[in-house]
Amino acid sequence: LISTMARQARATESRKISSELFTLTYGALVNQLVKDYESDVEVNKQLDKMGYNIGVRLIEDLLARSNVGRCHDFRETAEVISKIGFKTYLGVTPTIANWSGGYDEFSLILDHNPLAEFVEIPDDHKKLFYSNILSGVLRGALEMVSCLFTPTKSKRFDNICTVN
Amino acid sequence: MSGNYFFVIVGHNDNPVFRIEFSKSGESSTRREDHRHLNEFVAHAALDHVDETMWTTTAMNLRIVDKFNEWFVSAFVTASRMRYVILHDVKNEDGIKNFFQDVYELYIKASMNPFYRVNTQIESPMFKRKVLTLGKKHLLG
Repeated sequence: LISTMARQARATESRKISSELFTLTYGALVNQLVKDYESDVEVNKQLDKMGYNIGVRLIEDLLARSNVGRCHDFRETAEVISKIGFKTYLGVTPTIANWSGGYDEFSLILDHNPLAEFVEIPDDHKKLFYSNILSGVLRGALEMVSCLFTPTKSKRFDNICTVN
Repeated sequence: MSGNYFFVIVGHNDNPVFRIEFSKSGESSTRREDHRHLNEFVAHAALDHVDETMWTTTAMNLRIVDKFNEWFVSAFVTASRMRYVILHDVKNEDGIKNFFQDVYELYIKASMNPFYRVNTQIESPMFKRKVLTLGKKHLLG
């Protein structure tokens, strides 16, 4: 059963959609949330919730496509997230940095964030974490493989997006 | 008084979306205040000419569409019917053409920002900075 699913996944892998359509869709989504909720903190929460729902489903798809086995330690998990997860779905590989002392906290730094192309956050939304959906996705995905994920922050800093 | 340019982007309701002045330095500030009102008036008056000329050609760059005393008015209409109008007192066709093209590209990127509503004022300081650089490069250089 797993092998037929993997074969199907490989067949759909070559279907591409325009990245601009994706960026504009995400932008419209965030814009609408901002209009509806008015508070940046609330919008961040909603983005995280949406990301979580995406993440719990996405992890199944990822594992079916990539055949990666169990990770032996957290460092391996970080590598898989960056080189396989992000690469497959967003086409970018974030750098892993800022490991904490006990190797249980790290940062992912995205030099080029396809979600936020052309986006300039206006001054009245300084607390908005534009790409907060990513932190939700990671939380959902990692929870499904029984790893507790506590996001400390996810923010856009000039052109570099950091997820902790 | 040569090498002065007044650039304005006009929206669909004849509202100014963005305006900026370029001049070789050395003009007193009081004279510039008077000129600013005149510039806006002349640009507005030229809009009718722009609209007429727009339908006669398929090109976006309309070049010189009107003249007022010593000011020439050049215009450029984008695909989404945003009108770029430049008031200038020296003919600088190539410079203005390149300026229009580059500002058009900048405008497209700015309008892709989901937080920007089309036809509203462009507040982004980055946009203003880039237009200033383009102006210095193509118009004053």
